[in-house]
Amino acid sequence: MQARSADLKVQGLEKRFGEVAALDGVSLDIMSGELLTILGPSGSGKTTLLKVVAGFEKADAGTVRIDGIDITALPPARRDIGMVFQNYALFPHLTVRANVAFPLEMRNVARAEIETRVTEALQLVELGGYDKRLPKQLSGGQQQRVALARAIVFNPRLLLLDEPFGALDRKLRETMQLEVRRLQRRLGLTTIFITHDQEEALVLSDRIAVMNQGRIQQVATTTEIYERPANRFVADFVGESNIFHGTVTEPGVISLEGGRRLLARHSGKTGQRMGVLMRPERFGRGTNVFAGEVKEAVYLGVSFKLRIACDDGLELIVRQPARGELPAAGTRVNVSIDPEDIHVF
Amino acid sequence: MFSRMSGRLLGIAPAVPALIVLFVFFLYPVVRMLGYSIEGGTFEWYAKALGEGLYLQVFLNTFEIAFWVTAICLVLGYPLGFLLATTTPGWATLGFIFVLLPLWTSVLVRTYAWMVLLGRNGVFNRAMLEAGLISDPIPMLNNFSGVLIGMVHVLLPYMVLPIYGAVRRVDPSLVSAAEGLGASNARIFRRVYLPLTLPGIFAGAVIVFVLSLGFYITPALLGGGRVIMVAVMIEQQVHQTLNWPFAAALSASLLVVTLAIYALAQRFTRSSEAA
Repeated sequence: MQARSADLKVQGLEKRFGEVAALDGVSLDIMSGELLTILGPSGSGKTTLLKVVAGFEKADAGTVRIDGIDITALPPARRDIGMVFQNYALFPHLTVRANVAFPLEMRNVARAEIETRVTEALQLVELGGYDKRLPKQLSGGQQQRVALARAIVFNPRLLLLDEPFGALDRKLRETMQLEVRRLQRRLGLTTIFITHDQEEALVLSDRIAVMNQGRIQQVATTTEIYERPANRFVADFVGESNIFHGTVTEPGVISLEGGRRLLARHSGKTGQRMGVLMRPERFGRGTNVFAGEVKEAVYLGVSFKLRIACDDGLELIVRQPARGELPAAGTRVNVSIDPEDIHVF
Repeated sequence: MFSRMSGRLLGIAPAVPALIVLFVFFLYPVVRMLGYSIEGGTFEWYAKALGEGLYLQVFLNTFEIAFWVTAICLVLGYPLGFLLATTTPGWATLGFIFVLLPLWTSVLVRTYAWMVLLGRNGVFNRAMLEAGLISDPIPMLNNFSGVLIGMVHVLLPYMVLPIYGAVRRVDPSLVSAAEGLGASNARIFRRVYLPLTLPGIFAGAVIVFVLSLGFYITPALLGGGRVIMVAVMIEQQVHQTLNWPFAAALSASLLVVTLAIYALAQRFTRSSEAA
């Protein structure tokens, strides 16, 4: 199976539902063979964006191009885009084989070729031997695989996945994530993955586009999104975070609201207001020392998660490697962080 | 043990009035009718009903009419039910008023209305004559087509409603999926909607067919004595020839046929659900 990898260019998309702007000027470039995740809370517009790309929803303004060709006005049936729906949308009256054969039949592919391609696709998702089952005779994970096979069997130019793992339990979800990643790499298929689960986004993606209120907040690689979020929303939505605001008082120093002076690398001018992000797991050694009292301590296997009320009024979430005794509530502790580990935005 | 018994009795108690009504006014008359049909211990009336060409012909007529009524209702009712299920809520409400309004009007009134419309000097014929479309009135009353028109009108809602329900139950994401996978509208219909709404089609067809078999007022009035269905014939036996045992035998035969069709339909729907 050979993918006809394509790049996707979305420009200035707008879509209003009454008063609400589901898409408020969305532009996005997806490279050929890339897996890009659109990450956002529900109502952020990510599903609308996917529907516009697939052709199920018409945008009020803007264009969608695949390999430079404008497909904005093309009906879904003529876009050659494979899609996996949230609820899988398998045809309940058709067998697994007939479900996967469906897109090929719609393209009037010869009978014999359909047979070989369906067999190949089912083997690719490790469902050989399930041909004659009906969707309802399969587990959630198996249905998911059928939906995936059906979406790739016709060599689409683009694969869209709309929160496909929402209904699966954690273990199965992790297996499927890796499997989708493996399959996507192997086929070199340009893929857009929609999710509200930031962990899933980090596991799967080449790049992540974080969306909120109909706008793209940041598009960047996974590490970039996590380490150097562009704004408060991204910092807060992806991963655990301690976020504060302050004012630049001199180069290398930010005074937080409440008076605490923080040593941090920044590019701001004196007097500029900036946001400060400290990831809980980055506390260790460093020149910024916080003294405080443990309010709450949770054992998480790999780490301890501590909520610390600092003497200077800040409240911090800190993760420490789980070694020795779990600190009891009320214990006095000192935690520190290096200026290099503080992200300023 | 005792409490379980009394619990069960308590569960039945509220249904007792209805059970009494059913027993007195339904079960007893049916049994009594069956008694009439074999009065004197002979099956001669059954032999006459099912053996003599004239009466057998009436049964066949009845089936033929029921078949055509069902077929026409299906052809008219599917697009209507489909439209109601897929249009916007506002239009659907309006459509439902039009579909259901006839159900709230007396069959007798509607049938007389058809007589006014379809007659030799009726609205339709006069309009077409004046427009010069025809030179002689088309006979639409007191014949097969008159009966069909009237019955289809009365029975159409019974076809539309189950089909509407079936179309509504089709998951919209399946339609989107088919569309995204490259299906044209015609193929979406044939490969997705049609197979998934088959139980609704079947349910509607059975209801319309079974109701057609026992139809009385419409064929009696619009058939003008020339289109005889079983129910009309039974009425003649009761009122004109006063041959109650024969009327009972005809009724019992119709009942058995109706139940048989219903049972057969049940089997089909169950096996199609299991598949």
